[in-house]
Amino acid sequence: MSDVTSESLEIRTVAGSGIPIRGDDIDTDQILPARFMKETSFEDLGQYLFYDARRDDDGELNDHPLNVYTDGSIAVVNDNFGCGSSREHAPQAMQRWGIDGVIGESFAEIFKDNCKSLGMPAATADRETIKTLQDWIEANPDGEVTIDVEAETVRYGAHTIDVEIDRGMRQALLQGIWDTTSLMYANRDAVDAVAADLPYTTLD
Amino acid sequence: MSENTLYDNVWERHKVDDLPNGQDQLFVGLHLIHEVTSPQAFSMLGERDLEVAYPDRTFATTDHIVPTTESGRERPLDDEEAEDMLSALERNTSEAGITFFGFDSGRQGITHVVAPELGLTQPGMVVACGDSHTATHGAFGSIGIGIGTSQIRDVLATGCIAADKQAVRRIQLEGRLGEGVYAKDLIMTIIRELGVDGGVGHVYEYGGPAIEELDMEGRMAVCNMSIEGGARAGYVNPDETTYEYLRGREYVPEGEAFEDLKQYWESIKSDADAEYDDVVTLDADDIEPMVTWGINPGQAVGISEPVPEPSSYEDEAQREMAERALSHMDLEAGQTMDGYEIDVAFIGTCTNGRVSDFETAASILEGRQVDEDVRALAVPGSETVRQACEERGIDQTFIEAGFEWRRAGCSMCLAMNNDSLVGDEVCASSSNRNFIGRQGSKAGRTVLMSPAMVAAAAVEGAVTDVRRQAPGTPPEAADDVQEVAD
Repeated sequence: MSDVTSESLEIRTVAGSGIPIRGDDIDTDQILPARFMKETSFEDLGQYLFYDARRDDDGELNDHPLNVYTDGSIAVVNDNFGCGSSREHAPQAMQRWGIDGVIGESFAEIFKDNCKSLGMPAATADRETIKTLQDWIEANPDGEVTIDVEAETVRYGAHTIDVEIDRGMRQALLQGIWDTTSLMYANRDAVDAVAADLPYTTLD
Repeated sequence: MSENTLYDNVWERHKVDDLPNGQDQLFVGLHLIHEVTSPQAFSMLGERDLEVAYPDRTFATTDHIVPTTESGRERPLDDEEAEDMLSALERNTSEAGITFFGFDSGRQGITHVVAPELGLTQPGMVVACGDSHTATHGAFGSIGIGIGTSQIRDVLATGCIAADKQAVRRIQLEGRLGEGVYAKDLIMTIIRELGVDGGVGHVYEYGGPAIEELDMEGRMAVCNMSIEGGARAGYVNPDETTYEYLRGREYVPEGEAFEDLKQYWESIKSDADAEYDDVVTLDADDIEPMVTWGINPGQAVGISEPVPEPSSYEDEAQREMAERALSHMDLEAGQTMDGYEIDVAFIGTCTNGRVSDFETAASILEGRQVDEDVRALAVPGSETVRQACEERGIDQTFIEAGFEWRRAGCSMCLAMNNDSLVGDEVCASSSNRNFIGRQGSKAGRTVLMSPAMVAAAAVEGAVTDVRRQAPGTPPEAADDVQEVAD
């Protein structure tokens, strides 16, 4: 088993130009429609990101932000982004599209967990701050946006704003231990003890 | 922080360690897997040369991609991608020694229907599954947590998940549900009141007289849609209703062993003096049959209420969302949903695909006919449900009314099989999500409601008040019924 707590996995900052994806409650069925989950691997998912939302009824690409900010790698979203299903396919598709980090007002719980599993920082700030950042990206489509995980800030242009990153996610990214399998695997004996102490496991 | 709630108690019993990243390592007592989100996790396991740690605590079935027609289930499946996923699951479970409820088992179905009905789900467990509707299992007083694929890998390899403890919100339901009003209407009301993001960072504890009065299938419908309110988990404290449901089920021990387990179940209930982070009280007396009018489950109204004006929302984003919803649904604000024409009626899913759901819908359909312009689909949540319905003749009521009676699966809830909306069809649906594109067509329109309301809409050809079609009620008595029920 590989050592996943190596320095190479530490994520202190992610940076790139922005993609403002406006709207509250953007659900995982929009981010990755279910019909594209019929594969046993995540590899090809990037092309299906927001597949329906990026197209008109006649199938032509529309002015969806992903079609406009094609070089962007930091998505800036609004409230309750990623609500709906547990599909890791959604952030997998984002990452494979080229998105390295996401900043929003809030994220659905499972979506946020999935981001952590993939080493993709998810930072939050209030509505006004997010709106200002989205406006700035629209005015500066090539401008760099940096998520500083350690400082819990986002830098863009001459601005530095405070953001929040969940304690667990922040620690995991900074220490390069966002892959939790090996962490927990090391506790095998303790797991056995907890399991043995639960009445329902002994009665099978 | 909460103290002495069931959530705290079960968490403590399952906590293995504090992880260096600040999270807790929790033992998962029941891990459910299916064909869509697990194959990648098994691949990750293989890449690391790891084995499944607790195959005896892991159970699999197939639900998302399975065809629901009799002939569609012949192997290999016509859909090559679906066949690949199903084959991968069969191979992975067989190699790991995991029990798999496949087509031939007679017990295949939706994970969240199968595990409870077999007695796999029990109070005081941590239940995990790569599906957001794992919240369903909270109906038994367990903590059901929906997880992503990397977390499935974690559970397969270690029997554990890394988790952050959430705040606990008690939702106290006073009063009692009226005639024609069901658990589905209760949870839709809760989501509308608290918002689709209201539960983010929270677990919901449902309690009070209106919850205690629900049977287990009703409680499952409520807990199932916790995630639609943003709460990853929701639960009901176990009581005699829970224990009676469990008694005699396949995976529930009998006799003294049952009594021993019951002691544990009683021990993990929320204490009378439990502390909650938040308490919300709602009155079930006031709830009428609910329907969605928009594109998320919080955009819902009572059947007699007008669809809200976008301008009534103070928040700009909510206003925009309402405008987008009205446009997608081709609706005018100010009108009620009563009379909104439908093309498809769908009864099934992990929310409302259980025996009592079909029984209730059948009582509405008895002696009536589905409108000739409506395509109607009844999809049992499991083969066990299907068989139980067929033993009682419920299938015949559906078939005689003009419904197609299908085999078990997720079906048109998310249209990963052939059951899909076409074009801008409107579907009266007993499912849980009305997101754009959810039922397989980008222009498709979903109206969420209880199974009884779907049955009534199927007959009427339009959304209607089921209380006007109460069992044995001739159409002319409709107005009287509504007044009494109001």
